[in-house]
Amino acid sequence: MAKFSNFGNDLYSGARSIDFVGRRKIFYIISIVMVILAVALPVARGGFNFGIEFRGGSEFRVSGVDQSQQRVAIDAVRDVVPETNPVVTAVGASDLRVQTEQLSPVESEEVRVALANAFNINSSGVASSFIGANWGADITSKAFLGLLVFILMAFVLMAIYFRTLKMSFAAMIALFHDLILTAGIYGALGFEVTPAAVIGFLTILGYSLYDTVVVFDKIRENTFEVEFSETSTLAERINLAVNQTLVRSINTSVVAVLPVASILFIGAVLLGAGTLRDIALALFIGMIVGTYSSIFIAAPVYSHMREGEKKYLEAAKKVIASR
Amino acid sequence: MASSVTKPARKKLAWMLALLVTCAGLIGIGVATNQPGAAFTPELALDLQGGTSIILSPTVAEGETVSTEQLNQAVGIIRQRVDSTGVSESTITTSGNANIVVEIPGTPSETTLQLIKSSAKLEFRAVLLASAGTAAQVGGDATATASPSASATPNQPATQPSIAPTNGSDLNWITPELRRQFDAFDCSTQFRAPGQVDDMKAPLITCDTGRFQKYILGPVELDGTNISDATAGTITTQTGASTNEWAVNLVFDGAGTSIFSAVTSRLFPLETPRNQFAVTLDGYVITDPAAKAVITNGEAQITGGFTKESSQSLADQLKYGSLPIGFEVQSQENISATLGSESLRSGLLAGLIGLLLVVIYSLFQYRALAVVTVGSLLVAAVLTYLLIALLSWRQGYRLSLSGVAGLIVAIGITADSFIVYFERVRDELRDGRSLSTAVDAAWSRAIRTILVSDAVSLLAAVVLFSLTVGSVKGFAFTLGLTTLVDLAVVVLFTHPILQVLAQRKFFSSGHKWSGFDSKAIGGAMYLGRGKFSVSDRVSEAKRGKASKEAEKRQTIAERKLAEANENGAKS
Repeated sequence: MAKFSNFGNDLYSGARSIDFVGRRKIFYIISIVMVILAVALPVARGGFNFGIEFRGGSEFRVSGVDQSQQRVAIDAVRDVVPETNPVVTAVGASDLRVQTEQLSPVESEEVRVALANAFNINSSGVASSFIGANWGADITSKAFLGLLVFILMAFVLMAIYFRTLKMSFAAMIALFHDLILTAGIYGALGFEVTPAAVIGFLTILGYSLYDTVVVFDKIRENTFEVEFSETSTLAERINLAVNQTLVRSINTSVVAVLPVASILFIGAVLLGAGTLRDIALALFIGMIVGTYSSIFIAAPVYSHMREGEKKYLEAAKKVIASR
Repeated sequence: MASSVTKPARKKLAWMLALLVTCAGLIGIGVATNQPGAAFTPELALDLQGGTSIILSPTVAEGETVSTEQLNQAVGIIRQRVDSTGVSESTITTSGNANIVVEIPGTPSETTLQLIKSSAKLEFRAVLLASAGTAAQVGGDATATASPSASATPNQPATQPSIAPTNGSDLNWITPELRRQFDAFDCSTQFRAPGQVDDMKAPLITCDTGRFQKYILGPVELDGTNISDATAGTITTQTGASTNEWAVNLVFDGAGTSIFSAVTSRLFPLETPRNQFAVTLDGYVITDPAAKAVITNGEAQITGGFTKESSQSLADQLKYGSLPIGFEVQSQENISATLGSESLRSGLLAGLIGLLLVVIYSLFQYRALAVVTVGSLLVAAVLTYLLIALLSWRQGYRLSLSGVAGLIVAIGITADSFIVYFERVRDELRDGRSLSTAVDAAWSRAIRTILVSDAVSLLAAVVLFSLTVGSVKGFAFTLGLTTLVDLAVVVLFTHPILQVLAQRKFFSSGHKWSGFDSKAIGGAMYLGRGKFSVSDRVSEAKRGKASKEAEKRQTIAERKLAEANENGAKS
């Protein structure tokens, strides 16, 4: 790995430099295309596939059975409705509760009979009813309010710390980029949106901003009084900052993604669909996208906003003339 | 020199140790004294451990139905009440057309059940008449009212007063019929149906919660919707000394303040018992204070036989609103975990594998320094575990599978703090500092980055925790906790450990396996006594050029960048 250290060293000194800021048009185009796809693909599929926690569903109560036979119940439901993922819970001393997505009255009756047959009991021993969404509208509206307040406050916090509104704007552009892409990939793959996925999504929000702030802090340091420099322009200093933090960005994202990839693998292989896979998938996509956007979007956008300012334009002219 | 650096470092490490010992000690004391809920293993949430499912069915008068809107409103209020008992990630759903299903981890206490189902309608009415809570022994018609009635307003007279009353304290409210009912009224009978709705514009016969006193009360003057805040606290005497008696403090909103002021100014000159007003909760009088002053600032206190728990529970009920309808518990059963032990095991296995991969990667990247990374992660893991066990005891925190996933993700975010710091140290070494000065110089820069990025995470945690409900609240709690642990570990463990290690020759000499290898890191390496070994990749010619640069603000890195640019322009 000595080569990787040399690579870090060269990036730091500027001996080797990747031109993130200069080639921003390419990155902008890549991101715009991805964002359009992220919006278009889920729409083409008919929107997000929300789970029963959001939409409510059907519930079956099987009385007087062996509670360890949860697999039997799942198979019985899947015989009638193949594409479903029922939640089975033991209730009381000898009852099983089976929750599925909203079924039509006909399907519901079929599932009732199938469950009774599977457990070898009279069909009167299986009761069916509807359940409401336990992730109700009140949770969603409160979560949205919370997000809005957080984004506004994060905007102000960054503006105060970095002493410029432009960094806040650039960070927000990167944040929305990440959220749209993560949600888009999730929707495009057609995975069910569960509360666990939403929680994973919120984690991404925090991670994306966190990662951008780390890169921006180096930019803040490098561009201090850059308008008086006779050797480098603002854009060059910003690019140097991104290069200098590149090793850190790579290390951090590898370290952060490794455990998530491990959950994703274990969750998908050992458990099949479920909470672990949902949350890990949202995180896996989001973390990679989050690291990408800090480097390829946030920093170039900030440079784009800044270098047109008069003092930086004049300083850049002088620097280039003296070369 | 060594001791001057290591002394503050050792002090910080001692603080870290103290923090760990305090957490473990607090739990240890809790376990040793058999406190309920105290344990070294955190409580698990509904999805991993199962719990209790409570079906609540609404109590409404015959022929009336519950609207979906009322039901959803009730779900929202019950959720806030359940959340107020701790971060338990309970689920609350509607079932069928009228029932509400509340699922909470573990077995609920009587107080929790009461908190969930009580409708919490608080009303203020003026006292018209009060006497001991038994039926008067005149006449023989006590049996007529002793049996409970299913009608919505069983204790209210149908006959209208002959002279229209002018205000809530007017004795004209008491018709002969009402008086007869009152005389026959016996508090020891079941005189109210659960969730019974009273006419707010009519007088009411009822008793206090202890069933000692019966009252005729005037119409409702104020209700719970006029309350803007409710808190529980101990009563403070006029001299400022606090007593052991618990009370609920109320703050009225604008309209409530002016009505309360008008009521107290009307009651103040009247005689006992008409100078009293009764505060009723779900139809029972909880307190009947006399107006000893005209209260114009809109702040009132409810007193009378509260314990710490009951005052807190009432304050929560009042703050989070009255239920639009009354409920009773239809059934209460145990439910199993929806995910079960298999999921938890897989989650933990995934966490372990993830941690192992992180260790291997940091060995590659940071060589011997990986000891610091892994050590820091282990300290963070132990601290987080102890805090979760402590909070699950004190705050009702429950660990769900999403919580476990959140904690595994936190490995990455915690490790980032070390990575930011290590990369800074390497940057400082490249600028030609010795290791021990680089460790400190890098720290003063890295801590700024760590602080501001953690501030963003903490902001997310605090905002989401205070504004959201249910599992989003649980997520915010985990995020806040891990962010604070990250800060504590990097300040009190990673930095001091690195300071101590920098004194060791193995690290300060830039040994090949130290993670600070001079060749690998490159740049100028300080060799002591003003000698520098300049990396051979920077040629003599370039250095000659570089020396011409007179600009003071330039760092070595900038100079090299300028050179690289010049080279690029020539070739």
